[in-house]
Amino acid sequence: MIRFLLKGLIRDRTRSLFPTLVVLVGVALTVFLFNWINGVKNNFIQVNAKFNTGHMKIMSRAYAAEADQIPNDLALEGIEGLLLNLKEDFPDVIWTPRIRFGGLLDIPDEQGETRTQGPVVGLAVDLFSASSPERNLLNLENAVVRGRLPEEPGEILISDEFAHQLNIQPGEIATLISSTMYGSMATANFTVVGTIRFGVAAMDRGAMLAEVSDIQFALDMPDTAGEIVGLFSDFLYSNEKSEEITSTFNTRYMKTDDEFSPVMTTLRNQGGLAEYFDMVSSVSNAAIIIFIMAMSIVLWNAGLMGNLRRYGEIGARLALGEDKGHIYRSMIAESLMIGCIGSVLGTALGLAISYYLQVRGINISFLARDASMMVSNVWRAQVTPASYIIGFIPGLLATFLGTSISGIGIYRRQTSTLMKELET
Amino acid sequence: MENGYLIKTENLVKTYPMGYGSLVALNRVNLAFQKGEFAGLVGPSGSGKTTLLNIIGSLDVPTEGSTMVLGEKIESLSHKKAAHLRNQHIGFIFQTFNLLPVYTVFENVEFPLLLLGMPAEERKNTVMKALEWVHLADRAKSKPAQLSGGESQRVAIARAIVKEPEIMLADEPTANLDAENSHNILQIMERLNKELSTTFIFATHDEKVMHYLRRKITLVDGAVAKDEILKPQQGGGEN
Ligand SMILES: Nc1ncnc2c1ncn2[C@@H]1O[C@H](COP(=O)(O)OP(=O)(O)OP(=O)(O)O)[C@@H](O)[C@H]1O
Ligand SMILES: [Mg+2]
Repeated sequence: MIRFLLKGLIRDRTRSLFPTLVVLVGVALTVFLFNWINGVKNNFIQVNAKFNTGHMKIMSRAYAAEADQIPNDLALEGIEGLLLNLKEDFPDVIWTPRIRFGGLLDIPDEQGETRTQGPVVGLAVDLFSASSPERNLLNLENAVVRGRLPEEPGEILISDEFAHQLNIQPGEIATLISSTMYGSMATANFTVVGTIRFGVAAMDRGAMLAEVSDIQFALDMPDTAGEIVGLFSDFLYSNEKSEEITSTFNTRYMKTDDEFSPVMTTLRNQGGLAEYFDMVSSVSNAAIIIFIMAMSIVLWNAGLMGNLRRYGEIGARLALGEDKGHIYRSMIAESLMIGCIGSVLGTALGLAISYYLQVRGINISFLARDASMMVSNVWRAQVTPASYIIGFIPGLLATFLGTSISGIGIYRRQTSTLMKELET
Repeated sequence: MENGYLIKTENLVKTYPMGYGSLVALNRVNLAFQKGEFAGLVGPSGSGKTTLLNIIGSLDVPTEGSTMVLGEKIESLSHKKAAHLRNQHIGFIFQTFNLLPVYTVFENVEFPLLLLGMPAEERKNTVMKALEWVHLADRAKSKPAQLSGGESQRVAIARAIVKEPEIMLADEPTANLDAENSHNILQIMERLNKELSTTFIFATHDEKVMHYLRRKITLVDGAVAKDEILKPQQGGGEN
């Protein structure tokens, strides 16, 4: 009997092939959209974490209060000791010091006169120490456009865009004019050894990347840094975990009576990201839910229509003595099979597209050129474990429910009414 | 059978809700059929012929009254029991044939036997025997779409008789057929009636069918207006 019904199902393409295709397409779209939204959202979090906020950031309390003004006069002192403690207390987290600074970059000509100059936003990171995570965090190897990475003290990178604007070539000398931690003027000479492009518009405008110890020396900040960022070694942000570490750290190190004592802040709680994240989350969740619902309705109807169309066949089967319950169950089994096959294939297709766009990405730099937020220029899909099951909600559940509910018609309708429909 | 009757209706009433009132499709129908009858329900369109056939065939339930079929009270049967009764004892033939289009002729005829759970070998022989009855053994592998109307109706007959039911209910079986095919299938049915003592009840407008009937029941507005014996009953019934 089962073989007989399967035979019919396979032969009748309007019952097997087409519904399967509808499910397949709907599921593929759902899976892809889910991955795309997740990818963009997580990419945004990751770019922020790596370039700016870390998953947690430690600053002095005073610095933290005005962090957006980069108040290096309030920077955190005694970072060597603090870093050692951090590595001991929280070994699963990557900790690294950074100094942000502003200034003027001056390029002299042969005579030592200013050939060109421009304002820079500087970032000083640990470039040289063996255990430095920065090459990886900032993806430096790939960010180099011209020249090379710094290898010696006194070597810096500047953003490629900036280099083009000021017509600076790798190998040229540049003088940074800034102010020391104590407010007096600071000048230091560097060699520009390369240009970089991070692919994050906010980072690629007038940026200078230097070794942290060089900047400590230049700005008179020994054993001092604006911030220490911490990232989980899997680079995945977990709000609970960072909250936990943050509160442990703050009870241990923060002193309410000392505004230069360190304070730790989670990624979420920096620079209005909380509101932004909540908004992105609710918008993306809403989009995903609406989409899944829309797909569910489409697939539901596919299940429904399929059965309405089949009242004729069902009437004939009833007349031949098949029990209503048996027909109902066979219809549900059929829809489950189609839902299953369609969902598996659709998930495979959706994942394939997602993987492609996870590797390839779509360049949206034309949109992000003026963005002040940390948004990557290349948006990518992201495949997560949930990607493998999300498609089954519309694919299997909706098809199944659609069939179950439309099938109730078989029970509710008088058999003779079904027969009548079969005659038309 | 109980009281010698295969089928017996008592004060059968069927009404359908219509707007604020209701439409009376069957109005106090009292009829009895014996084994081996070859009877026809005739009457104008809307007189209740199909409704009566459907109730006898346990596809529908009456609003009032009762129907005994093969000793079973139709209106009190569960869906499962009714299905079982249809599967084992009642064959249907429709105006529109209602073959399952995705299945071959053989498979269409095989379907009721699958429901009965008959083993494969026996099934094959039984199906082929039924197809021989309707002279279609050579079309076993065809699909319904490849058949003419007459052939389709013959397949439907084979499908209805394959389980050798006591009762065959035929609702306008010739309405979509030309004269030659109509006579052809009527002769087949007459032969089945004679050789297997299968009871036939038709619902029909067709004059051609009337020539074959041995009993003619005229329905008007859901009530029996006339019940005539046209020819003496065939032997084979126990009454
Ligand atoms: N499901 C239904 N709902 C409402 N009215 C119905 C339904 N089925 C039948 N009727 C009505 O019941 C009456 C009898 O219908 P039935 O189909 O039995 O007539 P019939 O004698 O078979 O007619 P025809 O010769 O046209 O086939 C008709 O008036 C019809 O409109
Ligand atoms: Mg009718």
